[in-house]
Amino acid sequence: MDGDSQKDGPQDGGKLVANIMHFARALRMAGLPIGPGKVLDAIAAVRAVGMGRRDDFYWALHAVFVNRQDQRDIFDQAFHVFWRNPRLLERMMQLVLPQLQLDQPQPDAAEMNRRLAEALMQGNEAVLADEADEEKLEIDAAFTASDKEMLQSMDFEKMSGDEVRQAQSMLRRLVLPIAEMRTRRFAPSSAGGAVDLRATLRGALRSGGDVIPLELKKRRTRPPALIILCDISGSMSRYSRMLLHFMHALTNDRDRVHTFLFGTRLTNVTRYLRKRDVDEALSKVGEAVGDWSGGTRIGACIEGFNRLWSRRVLGQGAVVLLITDGLDRDAGDGVAEEVERLRRSCQRLIWLNPLLRFDGFAPKSLGVRAILPHVDEFRPVHNLESLGALAEALSRPETRRGAGMASWLRRMEEVA
Amino acid sequence: MTQTSPSAGAPGAAPAALPASIDETVSLLARGDYVADRSLSTALYLALKLGRPLFLEGEAGVGKTEIAKVLAKALGRDLIRLQCYEGLDVGSAVYEWNYLRQMVEIRVAEAAGGADRETLASDIFQDRFLIRRPLLQALEPHAGGAPVLLIDELDRTDEPFEAYLLEVLSDFQVTIPELGTVKAEKPPIVIVTSNRTREIHDALKRRCFYYWVDYPNALRELDILKVKAPGAPEALSRQVVGFVQELRKLDLFKQPGVAETIDWTHALVQLDQLSLDPETVNNTLGVLLKYQDDIARIQGSEANRILTQIKSELAAHGAV
Repeated sequence: MDGDSQKDGPQDGGKLVANIMHFARALRMAGLPIGPGKVLDAIAAVRAVGMGRRDDFYWALHAVFVNRQDQRDIFDQAFHVFWRNPRLLERMMQLVLPQLQLDQPQPDAAEMNRRLAEALMQGNEAVLADEADEEKLEIDAAFTASDKEMLQSMDFEKMSGDEVRQAQSMLRRLVLPIAEMRTRRFAPSSAGGAVDLRATLRGALRSGGDVIPLELKKRRTRPPALIILCDISGSMSRYSRMLLHFMHALTNDRDRVHTFLFGTRLTNVTRYLRKRDVDEALSKVGEAVGDWSGGTRIGACIEGFNRLWSRRVLGQGAVVLLITDGLDRDAGDGVAEEVERLRRSCQRLIWLNPLLRFDGFAPKSLGVRAILPHVDEFRPVHNLESLGALAEALSRPETRRGAGMASWLRRMEEVA
Repeated sequence: MTQTSPSAGAPGAAPAALPASIDETVSLLARGDYVADRSLSTALYLALKLGRPLFLEGEAGVGKTEIAKVLAKALGRDLIRLQCYEGLDVGSAVYEWNYLRQMVEIRVAEAAGGADRETLASDIFQDRFLIRRPLLQALEPHAGGAPVLLIDELDRTDEPFEAYLLEVLSDFQVTIPELGTVKAEKPPIVIVTSNRTREIHDALKRRCFYYWVDYPNALRELDILKVKAPGAPEALSRQVVGFVQELRKLDLFKQPGVAETIDWTHALVQLDQLSLDPETVNNTLGVLLKYQDDIARIQGSEANRILTQIKSELAAHGAV
């Protein structure tokens, strides 16, 4: 970074600096990850591009503050709310850049402008702050409806202490040892593997080069990514609480776990579930998801997953857990195609269905019939024991895809 | 955009100075046959001016890699490319010792006799046994000024390598235990690209300026075609751009990128087409769309519908 862009302190651009700070604070409140370093960067960036054009100013701040595609809208809105008055910029330029004032023909006018500008700007700041508040309130108001919905249907606090303890101790012991995959990285190994020349040569030096003991290396393994797609619609609501605990335990047990909840729409809750504290995590999830206990649109939600997320999370041999009862509001419309695509993009697709607890379960509903032919494994998931069985099943060495599905497919034929 | 036009820049010319304003950045890219948005130029200018890496994200085929190539060419700098893949490690990204030569050296020293450990150790870890990989190359002095370092498709590496890059990209130095720290006198111009097959950690993004390379709008895409496929008839180019833009509005699994637009235009020129007709579109759809589901969906009636629509729109604007 150019030294000169930072060393001239705030005295020449105090207002601009302050406003950029306010702007950064507004963005931070809106959820963008912005630290003090970014504010310094932004100030340097704005100085570098100059204040000649509004769009340059916009894109300079954009380059610093935005670092994910989905932040662009927030930034855009915030920018236009915050820097709404185009004259504000003009006036600030006069404050920021002394040379511009020198260019002005009448010093009186410049002086006047300056005082006027300061006065106006303070007024404006207040107004802007108010506006920002209003804006926030509106946004909050938009979310209250769904908040209420959540509280009615999903009251985590009501979970009895016993229930919590039992579930947690059970889930804590539950490790999901999915067969590990070999990576392209190496680790030193004492027995077997390829010769590690780098380590061998360093070892040789230690002994003065008389003997050259061979050091070996072996490919490292790691668990594959685990993607959970969980149905939280009305028909699943009695299992939701336990399933969320299950997903929380899994997320904290290993890395590369991505969790999506769906009812009528798809929500990525991975970040919330990463919180260590289960209550905090679940209440965040409760806030984030807007469609608890509503209808199910399996096809549309999986389609959304395929289009927006599959390429981002299913790389590197992912295993997908699809948790749903297969009861679909759209009556199986489009489900088969989307589940088929899902299966083709992952290493293994496992369907967990709470309805399997009933002995007489028959694959009758359209949703179930659409999904069944495309999964590799079909298992119950109605209590903690079934989760234990799942863990056991997953630790088995890799079998041919869809190996255990023949009996189910036969039963489906019979029902038809 | 994968091909570089032979007419671009002046190969071997004296290295150009860094642009001093956004306007100069725009014209710099234009000289390299890259039609850039002003927003992209702003981000690039900032990265150059403030000596930070530029992080480019976007769908495949929107021209991210091309930016680095064009930049290197237009500035007369060397382009050093680090193509990322899973399992990329320090040995193939930064440096490696030439073990075989070192072994030979040890044997020779033994044969000559009297080599003690100290001299042997200092002898075999010398510069001449060092194999330089892209990152180390980028930190060393270059005749034409600091090189352009392209770290391509960073999302394909794994997290450990990403973490390793943090030091390199903020301090522009690497440490070789046997030789010491190599620090760049002049930091290279770094362009990092990602197709977003996974999210890159915030810590790395924080050290960079960020830009999301989007699909161009119709006007800019037409400009790009003029530069990249100058042989194509104007009317055909307009139809191609109209068709592609229309396709991107549909809910496709993979939307066609700029690279596909250019490829398609080249293909149509090769087929001596002066304008689009339903049969040619159906036959050449594979150049544009890379998923069978998408092709099946567009082929036939949907393609016809789009074709009629854009033809009537173009006619309405008086540019058939």
